[in-house]
Amino acid sequence: MSPANIVSEAARKGLDIIGITDHNTTRHCSLTSRLAAQKGIFVMQGAEVTTKEEVHCLAFFENTDALSTFQAFLECNLPDIPNNPEFFGDQIQIDEDEVIVYEEKKLLTNAISKGINEVEVMVHSLNGLFIPAHIDRKKNSIYSQLGFLPVDLKAEALEISMVSAVEQFRQEHPEINRYPLIRCSDAHFPDNIGVAFTEYYIETASFQEIKMALGKVNGRKIVIR
Amino acid sequence: MKITEIITALDLKVISGQTGLSKDIAGGYVSDLLSDVIGNAKEGQVWITLQTHQNVIAVASLKDLSAVIIVRGNKPEADTIVKSNLENIPVLSTEMDTFNIVGRLFELLKKE
Repeated sequence: MSPANIVSEAARKGLDIIGITDHNTTRHCSLTSRLAAQKGIFVMQGAEVTTKEEVHCLAFFENTDALSTFQAFLECNLPDIPNNPEFFGDQIQIDEDEVIVYEEKKLLTNAISKGINEVEVMVHSLNGLFIPAHIDRKKNSIYSQLGFLPVDLKAEALEISMVSAVEQFRQEHPEINRYPLIRCSDAHFPDNIGVAFTEYYIETASFQEIKMALGKVNGRKIVIR
Repeated sequence: MKITEIITALDLKVISGQTGLSKDIAGGYVSDLLSDVIGNAKEGQVWITLQTHQNVIAVASLKDLSAVIIVRGNKPEADTIVKSNLENIPVLSTEMDTFNIVGRLFELLKKE
C-alpha cells in the first residue's frame, strides 16, 4: 500500500476521489495527494483516529496547516508504546522515490488518550470533517463501543462498511437518518481499493464541494448503492 | 448489599449520582463494550468499566443498573456527571484496576 500503488490502483478502477486515512497518522497524505493529482485523482486527506473508547473515526482536512496541527495532536496523544513490526508490520513513511524517510516507533493502531468528544471538537476547530467509521461493524465502531449514537453527536456524515445492506441497517437504526451516510472501501490492501464507494454529485473535486455534497447544499448530493 | 456498604468496604469515591446511593446491588457485570452491556447486563447489577463517555449513564439507565464503578482513576466527562445526577445513577471511582476491584467486590458479595 505505497502511495504510488494506491494511486495506480485507484486510477485503474476509475476512481475520481480517494480518501487517505491511515490509523492515527496523516504522514502519507501529502505525497499520495501529489501523485494522485498527476492522474487527475483528488485526495481527501486525513486520518482514521482510534479514540479513547476505541471508536474509529475518520477526520478530513482541507489544507496542510490543519493537517499538520492535527498530526501534532495525534502524536502528542498517542501512548508511548512501541510498535512490534513482526506483528503489526513496519510503520514507514516513504518519499516519491520510495526511499524511507521516517519510521513511526509508536504503535499506530493503539487508541489515543482523547475521547470521541474531544477528537470531534479538535477536528471541527480545524474546520475538518468528522465521520465515525464503519458504524455497522461489531468492533471499533460507535455502536460496538458506545452502544448507540450519542444524542448530541456532531458529525458531517457516518460511514457504513460494505458488509451491511444499507436499507436494512437504516431500518434497524433509524436514528442514523439524521446524518448523511457514506460508504468507503476501508481498503487495507490494493485489491480492496474501490470495492465500495460513494458517488458525489459536485462541480469539481474539492474538499469544499464534498462538504457541500454531504450537506446537500446548492444541489450537490451523494448517493450510495 | 447496599451501594453505601460497598463504597465503605472498597474505599470507593462517589463522583456523582448521590441521590441513587440507597439502592441495593444484585451482583455485577464487567465490560467495556457498551453494546455488550446492553445485551447482557441485568437489572440491579453494578457495572465495572473504564469507559467514561456519557453513553455509560444512558446504558446504565436503560438496563436499570444500580451503579457504575469507573476503574484506574479514570475521570468521567462533564456531561457524564450531569447525566448521572439526572438519572440518579451513582458513578463511583477507584484507583484499582478492573481485576482487583472485581475480585474484592466478588468476595464481598459472596459473604451475603
